[in-house]
Amino acid sequence: MRSAGLFPHIPSYLGTYGSLIQQQLTMALLSVLFGLIAALPIALLCVRYPKIYPAMVGLLTVIYSLPSIALFVLLVPSTGLTQTTVIIPLSVYSLAALVPNIVEGIRGIPEDVRLAAVAMGYTGARRLVAVDLPLAVPPIMAGLRVATVGNVSMVSVGTVIGVGAFGALFTAAAQLSRSDLAVTGIVVIVALALACDLLLVVAQRLLTPWNKRRSA
Amino acid sequence: MNVLSQAWGWLTTSANWSGSDGIPTRFLQHYEYSAEAVLIGALIAFPLGLLTGHVKRGGLLVTSLANVARALPTLGLVVLLVVVMGVKFRAVMIPLVALTVPPILLNTYEGVRNVDPQLTDAAKGMGLRPWQVLWRAEVPAALPLILTGFQFAAVNAVANTAIAAYSSFGGLGRFVIDGLATTDYGMVAGGAFLIVIAAILNLVIFAVLRKLLISPGLRQKKPTT
Repeated sequence: MRSAGLFPHIPSYLGTYGSLIQQQLTMALLSVLFGLIAALPIALLCVRYPKIYPAMVGLLTVIYSLPSIALFVLLVPSTGLTQTTVIIPLSVYSLAALVPNIVEGIRGIPEDVRLAAVAMGYTGARRLVAVDLPLAVPPIMAGLRVATVGNVSMVSVGTVIGVGAFGALFTAAAQLSRSDLAVTGIVVIVALALACDLLLVVAQRLLTPWNKRRSA
Repeated sequence: MNVLSQAWGWLTTSANWSGSDGIPTRFLQHYEYSAEAVLIGALIAFPLGLLTGHVKRGGLLVTSLANVARALPTLGLVVLLVVVMGVKFRAVMIPLVALTVPPILLNTYEGVRNVDPQLTDAAKGMGLRPWQVLWRAEVPAALPLILTGFQFAAVNAVANTAIAAYSSFGGLGRFVIDGLATTDYGMVAGGAFLIVIAAILNLVIFAVLRKLLISPGLRQKKPTT
């Protein structure tokens, strides 16, 4: 009998809640992490050479418009039916949310603050790490939140190549005409995405104690 | 065998350019789905964004709504709605609309809310009624941000309409899904290429809209701080 509950028994060939949650988060969070690691130098380059910034944003928007479903399929010949095949496109997508926010964040630092930092002897990489990046945390976090929520949800498309964590429930739902499986997948994915989002909000509070009294 | 050359081969095969599953038909279909999704999304998100931005209240509602909409897995929604309602147009429209709402809502809200108070005060001082302040001062001033939101919605819709094909809908996603089913990677790459063309077309349309609609006074580059 089909269970009508919100958390029905998942057919065992698809995995368990625990294993699927672990896969979903691994792929989503690793891709955000790789995206962030790649976005930082790109954004710094755009801050240093403002002329390339509009072209970079255009390029990232075009890449973002590449359908994930197609990128997964096209990567299969080179990286196989593995989590890597899902992580690579999602990392690249997250650049579209991260790079502009880092650039705007660093550009938005008031000139007097920058000058004060210079006067205190902060230069180069030290100023970047100790002054610029901490002050740019709010916009960077906004970008991270968008990328994280989007990636947690988009991992499920990986099911077209058999590596979609909870997306497997969608394939099964379509094949077996079982709406309960689709509902379960959607509910769990939304819950995971919002939980990650909440953690990032908490992280931002902890990282920017000086913003506590100001409303978001 | 190189995927790119396979894609080129597929794109240059004249048989692929005619008939009810030919490239022009699929392209138009794809555009129709995504344009309709943006329009319906705008009907929901634009008024809500204007209202919350104008009264400068409801920020939490706006961001939570956008966040939940962004967290919804498109593929899952399409599958669920097709299982429940059958292969109907609505089954694919609802998930796509959910994607277009967050950028339009957030950008309209942020844009209108952050219009320089001096500007709105001046408009009020000239005797404009609240809705006149909204239409004649706030919306024009917020237009750059609002158009960016619409552009993101359009690009999102074009990219994700591909997912609709997963549940036997048309559009360019058909080539991606059918190519996958028949391991014809040339067809998959060709379909993806055409979707990118559709997205670039959108970017061009929005660049033109920006030229036409945004007041010249706003186009001057503001000095950064």
